[in-house]
Amino acid sequence: MNSGIDLEMSFTQGVQNLGLSHELAHLLWIPLPMLLVLVSAVIGVLVTVWLERKISAAAQQRIGPEYAGALGILQPMADGLKLLVKEDIIPARADSVLFTVGPILVLVPVILSWLIVPFGQNLLISNVGIGIFLWIALSSIQPIGLLMSGYSSNNKYSLLGGLRAAAQSISYEIPLALAVLAIVMMSNSLSTVDIVEQQNTAGFLSWNIWRQPVGFVIFWICALAECERLPFDLPEAEEELVAGYQTEYAGMKFALFYLAGYINLVLSALLVSVLYLGGWGFPISIDWFSSLIGLSIDNPLVQIIAASIGIVMTILKAYLLVFLAILLRWTTPRVRIDQLLDLGWKFLLPISLVNLLVTASLKLAFPITFGG
Amino acid sequence: MNIAYSTELICFLILSAVIVSGSLAVVLLENIVYSAFLLGGVFMAVAGLYLLLNASFVAAAQILVYVGAVNVLILFAIMLVNKKEKLKPIKGLKTRKLISGGVCGGLLILLLRVSITTKWNLPGPTSIGEEATERIGEHLFTDYLLPFELASILLLMAMIGAIVLARRDISISTGDINDFKNKKSLINKKIPLLSENSLK
Repeated sequence: MNSGIDLEMSFTQGVQNLGLSHELAHLLWIPLPMLLVLVSAVIGVLVTVWLERKISAAAQQRIGPEYAGALGILQPMADGLKLLVKEDIIPARADSVLFTVGPILVLVPVILSWLIVPFGQNLLISNVGIGIFLWIALSSIQPIGLLMSGYSSNNKYSLLGGLRAAAQSISYEIPLALAVLAIVMMSNSLSTVDIVEQQNTAGFLSWNIWRQPVGFVIFWICALAECERLPFDLPEAEEELVAGYQTEYAGMKFALFYLAGYINLVLSALLVSVLYLGGWGFPISIDWFSSLIGLSIDNPLVQIIAASIGIVMTILKAYLLVFLAILLRWTTPRVRIDQLLDLGWKFLLPISLVNLLVTASLKLAFPITFGG
Repeated sequence: MNIAYSTELICFLILSAVIVSGSLAVVLLENIVYSAFLLGGVFMAVAGLYLLLNASFVAAAQILVYVGAVNVLILFAIMLVNKKEKLKPIKGLKTRKLISGGVCGGLLILLLRVSITTKWNLPGPTSIGEEATERIGEHLFTDYLLPFELASILLLMAMIGAIVLARRDISISTGDINDFKNKKSLINKKIPLLSENSLK
């Protein structure tokens, strides 16, 4: 089972050789992957912001950021720095405690969800058994933060934006969970590692997207709605609500919302690639490749190449989806609130229920292809 | 005492303190919005306790159902009816508070007595950890099938009831709307919650 590189074991052994106890070594290990994932999440956001600026510019026949670094690649850093040194304003009639806690409650669950994103066999923070269910549970905390910041701003637009955001989040969570349930049914496990492994038996032909095309579309639409991306960015619809629940926010508190939005986008893209596009799997199976060059799969060289290919593949797939999301944002108009709720409750929910039913019957009929 | 045990103990103490103080605040705070948000915090802390007991599935379900659904719904209800009105002073509020406080205190003493005198079977059964998801599924579809189905029927009934209550398909004749002389006629007309049309 654990055929891949086990960094944790080698680290703890290395530290133990320096004369520390096993527990202390484990304690020293725990923050390292968390820090690594946090840093990679933030870098992922910086890249996404730069992509968003460049692609939106291209879509509108502009040049976009150009002077901050080569091709404006340092522009997101400049944005972040600007937000960091801006004055932190709390409106006079706002509820200052809830106003401060709101953005934190929005950001923390999103970052916690990175716990379950695998970049390789052992390259994830924790292979928890409930895996993908943990993500669904954590993402259901977010509406509370949105409601909190909308309410505490003491502003009509903010309150309406917060209520809209929470309503949208709740109504799209159900089809999302049902789409995930169909995947879970096929792979007999909630763990993200198992879900990816079950897809990597025969290269890209065994990816879940071929077996769950409807689920893929449902999941992608719902993920966009959960991230409040256009065409579903109603909570902050500028023409109607100024900026929704973010209206009164400035400086670092606004940056938290901004960060949460983009981290959530990258996370959703990563999860789509994990659930439907084979995660770290290379389109051609690694076993076949290693037999071609005549090395066994346990060879350290093959292992390192496989691990780096895995990371590159996961990120590549995720960023293709991010590209798609950005393109969608700059080319599609916004839906109305009634259309949004109709789409969620009257279209996606029945379709995802039917998808679940069909998956269950296919699983009974063809246990080999649909995971028995 | 090893590191794992002491971490667990510290986590347990913090979580219990959060639960006790949080639930007291939910009951005692005047501002209902604070109460609702704190209720969410209490639910989260309970999920933390489940995690300490190695029941990660139950913890995630607790967050999903209680924080993500129940608490959000409560908040929705409060914010949609966001009316700031001064309630009329109720007569004898102090005695009422004293009586309810006494009842709650008595209950607490009773529970404490039970928990102290009971001979707990320590240590309890070992947790099955990751297998729990499968085990819960098995139980739900074998020996707990009837309660499970009954609960879903109950939820269905509640949902249909909520839809019937929320629907207000009331057709108002154009004569009533265009009645400009009596501008408040529409408001004054008591619109029934369940009209004939809504049941058609």
